[in-house]
Amino acid sequence: MSDLRDLYQDVILEHSKAPRNYRESPASNRKAEGFNPLCGDRFTVYLTLDGDSIRDVSFQGSGCAISKASASMMTQSVKGKSVAEAEKLFESFHKLVTGLGHSNGDAELGKLTVFSGVSEFPARVKCATLAWHTLQAALEGKQETTTE
Amino acid sequence: MSMGAKTVSSSGFDLARVRADFPILERKVHGKPLVYLDNAATSQKPRTVIETISRYYEEINSNVHRGVHYLSERATSDYEAVRKTAQQFLNAADSKEIIFVRGTTEGINLVAHSYGRPHLEAGDEILISEMEHHSNIVPWQILCDERGATLRAAPINDAGELDLDRFSRMLNSKTRLVAITHVSNALGTINPIRRIVEMAHGWNVPVLVDGAQAVPHLQVDVQALGCDFYTFSGHKLYGPTGIGVLYGKSALLDKMPPYQGGGDMIMSVTLGKTVYNRLPYKFEAGTPDIAGVIGLGAALRYVSSLGIDNVGAHEGAVLGYATSAVAAIPGLRVIGTAKEKASVLSFTLENIHPHDIGTILDQEGIAIRTGHHCSQPVMQHFGVEATARASFALYNTKEEVDRLVRGIEKVREVFA
Repeated sequence: MSDLRDLYQDVILEHSKAPRNYRESPASNRKAEGFNPLCGDRFTVYLTLDGDSIRDVSFQGSGCAISKASASMMTQSVKGKSVAEAEKLFESFHKLVTGLGHSNGDAELGKLTVFSGVSEFPARVKCATLAWHTLQAALEGKQETTTE
Repeated sequence: MSMGAKTVSSSGFDLARVRADFPILERKVHGKPLVYLDNAATSQKPRTVIETISRYYEEINSNVHRGVHYLSERATSDYEAVRKTAQQFLNAADSKEIIFVRGTTEGINLVAHSYGRPHLEAGDEILISEMEHHSNIVPWQILCDERGATLRAAPINDAGELDLDRFSRMLNSKTRLVAITHVSNALGTINPIRRIVEMAHGWNVPVLVDGAQAVPHLQVDVQALGCDFYTFSGHKLYGPTGIGVLYGKSALLDKMPPYQGGGDMIMSVTLGKTVYNRLPYKFEAGTPDIAGVIGLGAALRYVSSLGIDNVGAHEGAVLGYATSAVAAIPGLRVIGTAKEKASVLSFTLENIHPHDIGTILDQEGIAIRTGHHCSQPVMQHFGVEATARASFALYNTKEEVDRLVRGIEKVREVFA
Protein backbone atom coordinates (compact mmCIF):
# COMPACT_ATOMS: atom_id res chain seq x y z
CA MET A 1 0.00 0.00 0.00
CA SER A 2 2.95 2.36 0.51
CA ASP A 3 3.47 2.59 -3.26
CA LEU A 4 -0.20 3.32 -3.78
CA ARG A 5 -0.10 6.09 -1.20
CA ASP A 6 2.83 7.62 -3.13
CA LEU A 7 0.56 7.79 -6.15
CA TYR A 8 -2.72 8.65 -4.48
CA GLN A 9 -1.49 11.34 -2.11
CA ASP A 10 -4.15 13.16 -0.13
CA VAL A 11 -3.63 16.38 -2.07
CA ILE A 12 -4.24 14.51 -5.32
CA LEU A 13 -7.36 12.78 -4.02
CA GLU A 14 -8.68 16.07 -2.70
CA HIS A 15 -8.15 17.88 -6.03
CA SER A 16 -9.74 14.99 -7.95
CA LYS A 17 -12.85 15.22 -5.80
CA ALA A 18 -13.05 19.02 -5.87
CA PRO A 19 -11.15 20.24 -8.91
CA ARG A 20 -10.23 23.95 -8.98
CA ASN A 21 -11.00 26.19 -11.96
CA TYR A 22 -13.37 23.51 -13.23
CA ARG A 23 -15.48 25.69 -15.47
CA GLU A 24 -15.96 26.92 -18.96
CA SER A 25 -14.43 30.33 -19.69
CA PRO A 26 -16.56 32.29 -22.12
CA ALA A 27 -13.97 35.09 -22.06
CA SER A 28 -11.11 32.81 -23.06
CA ASN A 29 -9.27 33.50 -26.29
CA ARG A 30 -7.66 30.08 -26.66
CA LYS A 31 -9.22 26.66 -26.25
CA ALA A 32 -7.96 23.14 -26.90
CA GLU A 33 -9.30 19.63 -26.41
CA GLY A 34 -7.10 16.78 -25.27
CA PHE A 35 -7.89 13.09 -25.71
CA ASN A 36 -6.35 9.92 -24.49
CA PRO A 37 -7.60 7.54 -27.17
CA LEU A 38 -6.57 4.52 -25.12
CA CYS A 39 -8.98 5.21 -22.30
CA GLY A 40 -11.40 7.81 -23.61
CA ASP A 41 -10.28 10.52 -21.17
CA ARG A 42 -10.89 14.00 -22.51
CA PHE A 43 -10.36 17.52 -21.24
CA THR A 44 -10.98 20.97 -22.62
CA VAL A 45 -8.57 23.66 -21.46
CA TYR A 46 -9.67 27.31 -21.69
CA LEU A 47 -7.00 29.93 -21.78
CA THR A 48 -7.15 33.71 -21.52
CA LEU A 49 -3.91 35.13 -22.83
CA ASP A 50 -3.07 38.76 -22.24
CA GLY A 51 -0.11 39.38 -24.49
CA ASP A 52 2.51 37.01 -23.16
CA SER A 53 0.83 36.43 -19.85
CA ILE A 54 -1.67 33.74 -18.82
CA ARG A 55 -4.39 35.77 -17.19
CA ASP A 56 -6.82 32.89 -16.67
CA VAL A 57 -6.92 29.16 -17.25
CA SER A 58 -9.70 26.68 -16.56
CA PHE A 59 -10.76 23.21 -17.67
CA GLN A 60 -13.62 20.78 -18.01
CA GLY A 61 -13.91 17.13 -18.94
CA SER A 62 -13.67 13.63 -17.61
CA GLY A 63 -10.87 11.39 -16.57
CA CYS A 64 -9.35 9.45 -13.72
CA ALA A 65 -8.27 10.89 -10.37
CA ILE A 66 -4.70 11.44 -11.55
CA SER A 67 -5.64 13.27 -14.74
CA LYS A 68 -8.29 15.39 -13.06
CA ALA A 69 -6.08 16.36 -10.10
CA SER A 70 -3.23 17.13 -12.45
CA ALA A 71 -5.46 19.40 -14.55
CA SER A 72 -6.74 21.13 -11.43
CA MET A 73 -3.29 21.78 -9.97
CA MET A 74 -1.94 22.81 -13.36
CA THR A 75 -4.50 25.60 -13.63
CA GLN A 76 -3.39 26.89 -10.22
CA SER A 77 0.29 26.68 -11.11
CA VAL A 78 0.28 28.45 -14.46
CA LYS A 79 -2.19 31.21 -13.74
CA GLY A 80 -0.36 34.57 -13.88
CA LYS A 81 2.75 33.06 -15.47
CA SER A 82 4.24 33.97 -18.82
CA VAL A 83 3.95 31.55 -21.73
CA ALA A 84 7.66 30.75 -21.49
CA GLU A 85 7.38 30.10 -17.75
CA ALA A 86 4.42 27.76 -18.26
CA GLU A 87 6.28 25.82 -20.93
CA LYS A 88 9.32 25.55 -18.68
CA LEU A 89 7.08 24.29 -15.88
CA PHE A 90 5.61 21.58 -18.13
CA GLU A 91 9.15 20.50 -19.01
CA SER A 92 10.03 20.15 -15.33
CA PHE A 93 6.73 18.42 -14.58
CA HIS A 94 7.29 15.96 -17.41
CA LYS A 95 10.72 15.10 -16.03
CA LEU A 96 9.21 14.62 -12.59
CA VAL A 97 6.48 12.17 -13.66
CA THR A 98 8.73 10.21 -15.99
CA GLY A 99 11.29 9.72 -13.25
CA LEU A 100 14.02 11.92 -14.74
CA GLY A 101 13.91 14.09 -11.64
CA HIS A 102 14.42 17.81 -11.85
CA SER A 103 17.58 19.80 -11.60
CA ASN A 104 18.52 23.29 -10.46
CA GLY A 105 18.00 24.87 -13.85
CA ASP A 106 14.36 23.67 -13.96
CA ALA A 107 11.32 25.69 -13.10
CA GLU A 108 10.08 25.55 -9.50
CA LEU A 109 7.44 22.81 -9.26
CA GLY A 110 6.22 23.69 -5.78
CA LYS A 111 3.08 21.74 -4.89
CA LEU A 112 3.27 19.81 -8.16
CA THR A 113 5.93 17.56 -6.64
CA VAL A 114 3.06 15.50 -5.14
CA PHE A 115 2.96 13.86 -8.59
CA SER A 116 6.44 12.36 -8.20
CA GLY A 117 4.82 8.99 -7.34
CA VAL A 118 3.48 8.75 -10.91
CA SER A 119 6.97 7.84 -12.12
CA GLU A 120 6.57 4.45 -10.43
CA PHE A 121 3.43 3.83 -12.52
CA PRO A 122 4.46 4.19 -16.18
CA ALA A 123 0.94 3.40 -17.39
CA ARG A 124 -0.30 6.53 -15.63
CA VAL A 125 2.17 9.08 -17.02
CA LYS A 126 -0.26 9.92 -19.80
CA CYS A 127 -2.98 10.58 -17.24
CA ALA A 128 -0.76 13.05 -15.39
CA THR A 129 0.30 14.88 -18.55
CA LEU A 130 -2.96 14.97 -20.54
CA ALA A 131 -4.03 18.41 -19.28
CA TRP A 132 -0.51 19.76 -19.75
CA HIS A 133 -0.37 18.56 -23.35
CA THR A 134 -3.74 20.19 -23.87
CA LEU A 135 -2.50 23.46 -22.36
CA GLN A 136 0.52 23.31 -24.64
CA ALA A 137 -1.75 22.81 -27.66
CA ALA A 138 -3.82 25.83 -26.60
CA LEU A 139 -0.66 27.91 -26.19
CA GLU A 140 0.42 26.90 -29.68
CA GLY A 141 -3.00 27.80 -31.05
CA LYS A 142 -3.94 24.20 -31.90
CA GLN A 143 -7.45 23.07 -31.23
CA GLU A 144 -6.84 19.49 -30.24
CA THR A 145 -4.18 17.08 -29.16
CA THR A 146 -3.86 13.47 -28.09
CA THR A 147 -1.49 11.66 -25.81
CA GLU A 148 -0.52 9.33 -28.66
CA MET B 1 -4.58 -19.92 -2.78
CA SER B 2 -3.25 -23.40 -2.20
CA MET B 3 -2.89 -25.44 -5.33
CA GLY B 4 -2.06 -28.52 -3.33
CA ALA B 5 -5.69 -29.07 -2.47
CA LYS B 6 -7.68 -30.73 -5.20
CA THR B 7 -10.17 -28.18 -6.38
CA VAL B 8 -12.85 -29.78 -8.49
CA SER B 9 -14.73 -27.19 -10.46
CA SER B 10 -18.47 -27.17 -10.74
CA SER B 11 -18.17 -28.74 -14.17
CA GLY B 12 -16.20 -31.71 -12.99
CA PHE B 13 -12.75 -31.03 -14.47
CA ASP B 14 -9.84 -30.90 -12.09
CA LEU B 15 -9.22 -27.19 -11.67
CA ALA B 16 -5.87 -27.54 -9.90
CA ARG B 17 -4.57 -29.72 -12.72
CA VAL B 18 -5.88 -27.33 -15.35
CA ARG B 19 -4.20 -24.40 -13.59
CA ALA B 20 -0.94 -26.32 -13.53
CA ASP B 21 -1.13 -26.46 -17.35
CA PHE B 22 -0.58 -22.67 -17.46
CA PRO B 23 2.98 -21.76 -16.41
CA ILE B 24 2.25 -18.03 -16.07
CA LEU B 25 -0.31 -18.65 -13.32
CA GLU B 26 2.57 -19.54 -11.00
CA ARG B 27 4.10 -16.09 -11.18
CA LYS B 28 3.69 -13.19 -8.83
CA VAL B 29 2.93 -9.58 -9.73
CA HIS B 30 3.97 -6.85 -7.27
CA GLY B 31 4.82 -9.65 -4.85
CA LYS B 32 1.33 -11.18 -4.92
CA PRO B 33 0.13 -14.31 -6.75
CA LEU B 34 -1.23 -13.28 -10.14
CA VAL B 35 -5.00 -13.19 -10.49
CA TYR B 36 -5.50 -12.90 -14.23
CA LEU B 37 -8.96 -11.57 -15.06
CA ASP B 38 -8.25 -9.95 -18.42
CA ASN B 39 -9.11 -12.97 -20.51
CA ALA B 40 -11.43 -11.14 -22.88
CA ALA B 41 -8.38 -9.13 -23.98
CA THR B 42 -6.21 -12.21 -24.32
CA SER B 43 -6.07 -15.54 -22.54
CA GLN B 44 -2.99 -17.18 -21.08
CA LYS B 45 -1.32 -20.08 -22.90
CA PRO B 46 -1.11 -23.67 -21.71
CA ARG B 47 2.24 -25.44 -21.79
CA THR B 48 1.13 -27.59 -24.72
CA VAL B 49 0.74 -24.50 -26.92
CA ILE B 50 4.09 -23.03 -25.85
CA GLU B 51 5.88 -26.34 -26.35
CA THR B 52 4.21 -27.09 -29.68
CA ILE B 53 5.46 -23.76 -31.04
CA SER B 54 8.99 -24.34 -29.68
CA ARG B 55 9.05 -27.85 -31.09
CA TYR B 56 7.95 -26.56 -34.49
CA TYR B 57 10.87 -24.14 -34.60
CA GLU B 58 13.36 -26.65 -33.17
CA GLU B 59 12.41 -29.65 -35.29
CA ILE B 60 10.21 -28.79 -38.25
CA ASN B 61 10.62 -25.16 -39.34
CA SER B 62 10.26 -24.90 -43.11
CA ASN B 63 7.99 -23.16 -45.58
CA VAL B 64 4.67 -24.70 -46.51
CA HIS B 65 3.15 -25.66 -49.88
CA ARG B 66 6.51 -25.30 -51.63
CA GLY B 67 9.39 -27.62 -51.07
CA VAL B 68 9.65 -31.28 -51.94
CA HIS B 69 12.00 -31.86 -49.04
CA TYR B 70 11.11 -33.64 -45.84
CA LEU B 71 10.78 -30.61 -43.55
CA SER B 72 8.57 -28.70 -45.95
CA GLU B 73 6.27 -31.66 -46.36
CA ARG B 74 6.14 -32.10 -42.62
CA ALA B 75 5.39 -28.40 -42.03
CA THR B 76 2.71 -28.52 -44.72
CA SER B 77 1.02 -31.58 -43.28
CA ASP B 78 1.07 -30.19 -39.72
CA TYR B 79 -0.26 -26.86 -40.98
CA GLU B 80 -3.04 -28.45 -43.01
CA ALA B 81 -3.93 -30.79 -40.15
CA VAL B 82 -4.91 -27.70 -38.14
CA ARG B 83 -7.30 -26.68 -40.89
CA LYS B 84 -9.02 -30.02 -40.34
CA THR B 85 -8.99 -29.48 -36.55
CA ALA B 86 -10.51 -26.01 -36.99
CA GLN B 87 -13.12 -27.43 -39.36
CA GLN B 88 -14.16 -29.95 -36.72
CA PHE B 89 -14.04 -27.32 -33.98
CA LEU B 90 -16.58 -25.17 -35.85
CA ASN B 91 -18.32 -28.13 -37.51
CA ALA B 92 -17.80 -26.61 -40.94
CA ALA B 93 -18.92 -28.74 -43.89
CA ASP B 94 -15.52 -28.70 -45.57
CA SER B 95 -11.96 -27.83 -44.51
CA LYS B 96 -11.56 -25.57 -47.57
CA GLU B 97 -14.04 -23.26 -45.84
CA ILE B 98 -11.42 -22.55 -43.16
CA ILE B 99 -9.14 -19.62 -44.01
CA PHE B 100 -6.27 -18.68 -41.74
CA VAL B 101 -6.10 -14.97 -41.00
CA ARG B 102 -4.24 -12.80 -38.48
CA GLY B 103 -7.27 -12.62 -36.24
CA THR B 104 -10.89 -11.57 -36.06
CA THR B 105 -10.09 -8.07 -37.29
CA GLU B 106 -8.48 -9.39 -40.45
CA GLY B 107 -11.35 -11.87 -40.93
CA ILE B 108 -13.85 -9.01 -40.90
CA ASN B 109 -11.70 -6.85 -43.18
CA LEU B 110 -11.36 -9.75 -45.62
CA VAL B 111 -15.14 -10.08 -45.85
CA ALA B 112 -15.56 -6.30 -46.14
CA HIS B 113 -13.07 -6.22 -49.00
CA SER B 114 -13.91 -9.39 -50.91
CA TYR B 115 -17.62 -9.76 -50.22
CA GLY B 116 -18.76 -6.28 -49.17
CA ARG B 117 -17.07 -4.14 -51.79
CA PRO B 118 -18.33 -6.02 -54.89
CA HIS B 119 -21.86 -6.29 -53.50
CA LEU B 120 -22.39 -2.77 -52.21
CA GLU B 121 -23.78 0.10 -54.23
CA ALA B 122 -24.84 3.62 -53.37
CA GLY B 123 -27.97 3.55 -51.21
CA ASP B 124 -27.39 0.00 -49.96
CA GLU B 125 -27.20 -0.79 -46.26
CA ILE B 126 -25.11 -2.86 -43.90
CA LEU B 127 -26.69 -3.73 -40.57
CA ILE B 128 -24.68 -4.14 -37.38
CA SER B 129 -25.60 -3.68 -33.71
CA GLU B 130 -24.89 -1.07 -31.08
CA MET B 131 -22.80 -3.55 -29.08
CA GLU B 132 -20.10 -4.18 -31.69
CA HIS B 133 -16.37 -3.97 -31.07
CA HIS B 134 -14.72 -1.21 -33.13
CA SER B 135 -13.32 -3.93 -35.40
CA ASN B 136 -16.88 -4.75 -36.49
CA ILE B 137 -17.79 -1.08 -36.99
CA VAL B 138 -14.84 0.68 -38.61
CA PRO B 139 -14.30 -1.66 -41.63
CA TRP B 140 -17.99 -1.17 -42.51
CA GLN B 141 -17.78 2.60 -42.06
CA ILE B 142 -14.80 2.72 -44.43
CA LEU B 143 -16.63 0.56 -46.98
CA CYS B 144 -19.93 2.46 -46.71
CA ASP B 145 -18.12 5.80 -47.10
CA GLU B 146 -16.41 4.52 -50.20
CA ARG B 147 -19.60 3.17 -51.74
CA GLY B 148 -22.07 5.81 -50.65
CA ALA B 149 -23.87 3.15 -48.63
CA THR B 150 -25.37 3.45 -45.14
CA LEU B 151 -24.22 1.70 -42.00
CA ARG B 152 -27.09 1.07 -39.58
CA ALA B 153 -26.87 -0.20 -36.01
CA ALA B 154 -29.67 -2.08 -34.24
CA PRO B 155 -30.11 -0.77 -30.69
CA ILE B 156 -29.62 -2.58 -27.40
CA ASN B 157 -31.74 -2.34 -24.26
CA ASP B 158 -30.52 -1.30 -20.82
CA ALA B 159 -29.62 -4.86 -19.91
CA GLY B 160 -27.28 -4.87 -22.89
CA GLU B 161 -29.41 -7.20 -24.99
CA LEU B 162 -30.05 -6.73 -28.69
CA ASP B 163 -33.53 -5.38 -29.44
CA LEU B 164 -34.51 -8.19 -31.82
CA ASP B 165 -37.74 -6.54 -32.79
CA ARG B 166 -36.01 -3.35 -33.87
CA PHE B 167 -33.31 -5.44 -35.54
CA SER B 168 -35.84 -7.31 -37.65
CA ARG B 169 -37.52 -4.06 -38.65
CA MET B 170 -34.19 -2.58 -39.78
CA LEU B 171 -33.71 -5.40 -42.30
CA ASN B 172 -35.02 -4.47 -45.72
CA SER B 173 -34.53 -4.90 -49.46
CA LYS B 174 -31.52 -2.56 -49.37
CA THR B 175 -29.65 -4.57 -46.70
CA ARG B 176 -26.63 -6.34 -48.22
CA LEU B 177 -24.99 -7.82 -45.13
CA VAL B 178 -25.53 -8.30 -41.40
CA ALA B 179 -22.35 -8.20 -39.28
CA ILE B 180 -22.92 -9.04 -35.64
CA THR B 181 -21.02 -10.22 -32.61
CA HIS B 182 -21.81 -13.59 -31.06
CA VAL B 183 -20.75 -12.46 -27.57
CA SER B 184 -20.19 -8.82 -26.60
CA ASN B 185 -16.67 -8.11 -25.33
CA ALA B 186 -17.81 -5.19 -23.18
CA LEU B 187 -21.02 -6.66 -21.78
CA GLY B 188 -20.81 -10.44 -22.09
CA THR B 189 -24.19 -10.61 -23.82
CA ILE B 190 -24.73 -13.74 -25.93
CA ASN B 191 -26.68 -12.92 -29.08
CA PRO B 192 -29.27 -15.36 -30.48
CA ILE B 193 -27.35 -15.93 -33.70
CA ARG B 194 -29.60 -18.65 -35.12
CA ARG B 195 -32.63 -16.40 -34.80
CA ILE B 196 -30.71 -13.45 -36.31
CA VAL B 197 -29.59 -15.59 -39.24
CA GLU B 198 -33.17 -16.74 -39.87
CA MET B 199 -34.36 -13.14 -39.94
CA ALA B 200 -31.58 -12.01 -42.27
CA HIS B 201 -31.93 -14.98 -44.58
CA GLY B 202 -35.62 -14.12 -44.86
CA TRP B 203 -34.35 -11.10 -46.82
CA ASN B 204 -31.63 -13.13 -48.57
CA VAL B 205 -29.04 -11.23 -46.56
CA PRO B 206 -25.87 -13.10 -45.54
CA VAL B 207 -24.60 -12.89 -41.97
CA LEU B 208 -21.05 -12.45 -40.69
CA VAL B 209 -20.55 -13.40 -37.04
CA ASP B 210 -17.71 -11.96 -34.93
CA GLY B 211 -16.94 -14.97 -32.77
CA ALA B 212 -13.87 -13.62 -30.96
CA GLN B 213 -15.55 -13.65 -27.54
CA ALA B 214 -17.73 -16.70 -28.18
CA VAL B 215 -15.42 -19.58 -29.13
CA PRO B 216 -13.63 -19.63 -25.75
CA HIS B 217 -16.92 -20.17 -23.92
CA LEU B 218 -19.54 -21.76 -26.17
CA GLN B 219 -19.87 -24.71 -28.48
CA VAL B 220 -20.02 -23.17 -31.96
CA ASP B 221 -21.55 -25.13 -34.83
CA VAL B 222 -21.55 -22.95 -37.93
CA GLN B 223 -23.89 -25.28 -39.80
CA ALA B 224 -26.43 -25.26 -36.99
CA LEU B 225 -26.14 -21.47 -36.69
CA GLY B 226 -26.57 -21.18 -40.44
CA CYS B 227 -24.30 -18.12 -40.62
CA ASP B 228 -22.41 -17.37 -43.83
CA PHE B 229 -19.15 -16.16 -42.26
CA TYR B 230 -17.75 -16.75 -38.78
CA THR B 231 -14.42 -15.43 -37.56
CA PHE B 232 -12.35 -15.71 -34.39
CA SER B 233 -8.86 -15.10 -32.99
CA GLY B 234 -6.56 -17.77 -31.62
CA HIS B 235 -5.16 -15.72 -28.77
CA LYS B 236 -8.43 -15.42 -26.86
CA LEU B 237 -8.75 -19.20 -27.10
CA TYR B 238 -5.45 -20.09 -25.36
CA GLY B 239 -3.54 -19.94 -28.66
CA PRO B 240 -0.87 -17.57 -29.94
CA THR B 241 -1.45 -13.97 -31.02
CA GLY B 242 -1.43 -13.10 -34.69
CA ILE B 243 -3.47 -16.04 -35.90
CA GLY B 244 -7.18 -16.60 -36.36
CA VAL B 245 -9.77 -18.27 -38.52
CA LEU B 246 -12.34 -17.08 -41.00
CA TYR B 247 -15.02 -19.59 -41.88
CA GLY B 248 -17.08 -18.89 -44.98
CA LYS B 249 -19.58 -20.96 -46.93
CA SER B 250 -17.73 -22.24 -49.98
CA ALA B 251 -20.55 -21.12 -52.30
CA LEU B 252 -19.80 -17.52 -51.25
CA LEU B 253 -16.01 -17.82 -50.94
CA ASP B 254 -15.73 -19.37 -54.41
CA LYS B 255 -17.26 -16.29 -56.01
CA MET B 256 -15.30 -13.74 -53.99
CA PRO B 257 -12.19 -12.03 -55.39
CA PRO B 258 -8.93 -12.46 -53.43
CA TYR B 259 -8.16 -10.25 -50.45
CA GLN B 260 -4.44 -9.87 -51.06
CA GLY B 261 -2.27 -10.83 -54.01
CA GLY B 262 1.02 -12.65 -53.71
CA GLY B 263 2.57 -16.06 -53.52
CA ASP B 264 0.58 -19.17 -52.62
CA MET B 265 -2.74 -17.68 -53.77
CA ILE B 266 -2.10 -18.32 -57.45
CA MET B 267 -2.55 -21.23 -59.83
CA SER B 268 -0.48 -19.66 -62.59
CA VAL B 269 0.97 -16.25 -63.27
CA THR B 270 2.04 -14.65 -66.52
CA LEU B 271 2.80 -10.97 -66.82
CA GLY B 272 -0.53 -10.63 -68.59
CA LYS B 273 -2.83 -12.67 -66.38
CA THR B 274 -3.05 -14.58 -63.13
CA VAL B 275 -5.29 -17.54 -62.41
CA TYR B 276 -6.13 -17.69 -58.74
CA ASN B 277 -5.66 -20.76 -56.64
CA ARG B 278 -8.62 -22.77 -55.35
CA LEU B 279 -10.06 -22.43 -51.87
CA PRO B 280 -8.81 -21.85 -49.26
CA TYR B 281 -5.42 -20.83 -50.74
CA LYS B 282 -6.96 -18.04 -52.82
CA PHE B 283 -7.27 -16.12 -49.54
CA GLU B 284 -3.88 -16.99 -48.05
CA ALA B 285 -1.34 -14.87 -49.90
CA GLY B 286 2.29 -15.04 -48.86
CA THR B 287 4.02 -17.23 -46.30
CA PRO B 288 1.51 -17.66 -43.50
CA ASP B 289 2.13 -17.67 -39.76
CA ILE B 290 2.98 -21.36 -39.81
CA ALA B 291 4.06 -21.57 -36.18
CA GLY B 292 0.94 -19.62 -35.21
CA VAL B 293 -1.33 -22.05 -37.04
CA ILE B 294 0.39 -25.04 -35.48
CA GLY B 295 0.15 -23.39 -32.04
CA LEU B 296 -3.52 -22.70 -32.67
CA GLY B 297 -3.98 -26.40 -33.42
CA ALA B 298 -2.56 -27.26 -30.00
CA ALA B 299 -4.93 -24.75 -28.38
CA LEU B 300 -7.97 -26.17 -30.17
CA ARG B 301 -7.01 -29.69 -29.12
CA TYR B 302 -6.45 -28.52 -25.54
CA VAL B 303 -9.87 -26.87 -25.23
CA SER B 304 -11.58 -29.79 -26.94
CA SER B 305 -9.91 -32.24 -24.56
CA LEU B 306 -11.47 -30.41 -21.61
CA GLY B 307 -14.78 -30.09 -23.42
CA ILE B 308 -16.05 -26.63 -24.27
CA ASP B 309 -19.34 -27.36 -22.50
CA ASN B 310 -17.41 -28.15 -19.29
CA VAL B 311 -15.42 -24.96 -19.73
CA GLY B 312 -18.58 -22.91 -20.24
CA ALA B 313 -20.27 -24.47 -17.21
CA HIS B 314 -17.28 -23.74 -14.98
CA GLU B 315 -16.97 -20.14 -16.20
CA GLY B 316 -20.72 -19.68 -15.77
CA ALA B 317 -20.41 -20.76 -12.12
CA VAL B 318 -17.50 -18.36 -11.53
CA LEU B 319 -19.37 -15.50 -13.24
CA GLY B 320 -22.49 -16.22 -11.16
CA TYR B 321 -20.43 -16.27 -7.99
CA ALA B 322 -18.72 -12.99 -8.91
CA THR B 323 -21.98 -11.30 -9.87
CA SER B 324 -23.51 -12.13 -6.48
CA ALA B 325 -20.34 -11.17 -4.62
CA VAL B 326 -20.09 -7.68 -6.11
CA ALA B 327 -23.81 -6.99 -5.66
CA ALA B 328 -23.13 -6.17 -2.01
CA ILE B 329 -20.47 -3.53 -2.77
CA PRO B 330 -21.90 -0.03 -2.27
CA GLY B 331 -21.76 2.21 -5.34
CA LEU B 332 -20.92 -0.66 -7.70
CA ARG B 333 -22.96 -0.79 -10.89
CA VAL B 334 -22.78 -3.80 -13.20
CA ILE B 335 -22.87 -2.78 -16.87
CA GLY B 336 -24.40 -5.59 -18.89
CA THR B 337 -27.02 -7.71 -17.18
CA ALA B 338 -28.30 -9.78 -20.10
CA LYS B 339 -30.09 -13.02 -19.26
CA GLU B 340 -27.76 -14.88 -21.62
CA LYS B 341 -24.23 -13.91 -20.64
CA ALA B 342 -20.73 -15.30 -20.88
CA SER B 343 -17.71 -14.67 -18.73
CA VAL B 344 -17.67 -10.85 -18.54
CA LEU B 345 -18.25 -8.71 -15.46
CA SER B 346 -18.10 -5.05 -16.46
CA PHE B 347 -18.66 -2.51 -13.70
CA THR B 348 -18.24 1.02 -12.49
CA LEU B 349 -17.77 2.39 -8.97
CA GLU B 350 -19.47 5.61 -7.99
CA ASN B 351 -17.07 8.58 -8.14
CA ILE B 352 -14.05 6.38 -8.86
CA HIS B 353 -12.64 6.23 -12.37
CA PRO B 354 -11.99 2.74 -13.79
CA HIS B 355 -8.30 3.57 -14.35
CA ASP B 356 -7.82 4.18 -10.68
CA ILE B 357 -9.58 0.88 -9.96
CA GLY B 358 -7.24 -0.84 -12.41
CA THR B 359 -4.07 0.62 -10.88
CA ILE B 360 -5.04 -0.27 -7.32
CA LEU B 361 -6.09 -3.82 -8.26
CA ASP B 362 -2.82 -4.21 -10.16
CA GLN B 363 -0.92 -3.49 -6.94
CA GLU B 364 -2.81 -6.47 -5.49
CA GLY B 365 -1.63 -8.67 -8.36
CA ILE B 366 -5.06 -8.58 -10.03
CA ALA B 367 -5.13 -7.90 -13.78
CA ILE B 368 -8.33 -6.47 -15.19
CA ARG B 369 -9.09 -4.28 -18.19
CA THR B 370 -10.19 -0.70 -17.78
CA GLY B 371 -11.32 1.72 -20.44
CA HIS B 372 -13.83 1.69 -23.26
CA HIS B 373 -12.92 -1.83 -24.44
CA CYS B 374 -12.89 -0.68 -28.08
CA SER B 375 -16.68 -0.41 -27.77
CA GLN B 376 -17.32 3.30 -27.39
CA PRO B 377 -20.92 3.10 -28.69
CA VAL B 378 -21.67 0.69 -25.81
CA MET B 379 -20.16 3.16 -23.33
CA GLN B 380 -22.26 5.92 -24.88
CA HIS B 381 -25.42 3.82 -24.49
CA PHE B 382 -24.79 3.43 -20.77
CA GLY B 383 -23.63 7.03 -20.33
CA VAL B 384 -20.15 6.13 -19.07
CA GLU B 385 -16.69 6.93 -20.43
CA ALA B 386 -15.21 3.66 -19.36
CA THR B 387 -15.75 0.58 -17.21
CA ALA B 388 -13.63 -1.84 -15.24
CA ARG B 389 -13.94 -5.33 -16.68
CA ALA B 390 -13.13 -8.66 -15.10
CA SER B 391 -13.35 -11.49 -17.62
CA PHE B 392 -13.05 -15.13 -16.71
CA ALA B 393 -11.38 -18.12 -18.31
CA LEU B 394 -11.39 -21.84 -17.64
CA TYR B 395 -8.60 -21.55 -15.05
CA ASN B 396 -10.20 -18.89 -12.85
CA THR B 397 -11.45 -19.80 -9.40
CA LYS B 398 -13.94 -18.54 -6.84
CA GLU B 399 -10.97 -17.82 -4.55
CA GLU B 400 -9.72 -15.41 -7.21
CA VAL B 401 -13.12 -13.74 -7.24
CA ASP B 402 -12.79 -13.32 -3.46
CA ARG B 403 -9.46 -11.56 -4.03
CA LEU B 404 -11.09 -9.32 -6.62
CA VAL B 405 -13.79 -8.37 -4.13
CA ARG B 406 -11.20 -7.63 -1.43
CA GLY B 407 -9.29 -5.58 -4.01
CA ILE B 408 -12.37 -3.53 -4.83
CA GLU B 409 -12.84 -2.91 -1.10
CA LYS B 410 -9.27 -1.60 -1.01
CA VAL B 411 -10.06 0.75 -3.90
CA ARG B 412 -12.96 2.14 -1.91
CA GLU B 413 -10.73 2.61 1.15
CA VAL B 414 -8.15 4.60 -0.86
CA PHE B 415 -10.90 6.86 -2.17
CA ALA B 416 -12.90 6.99 1.07
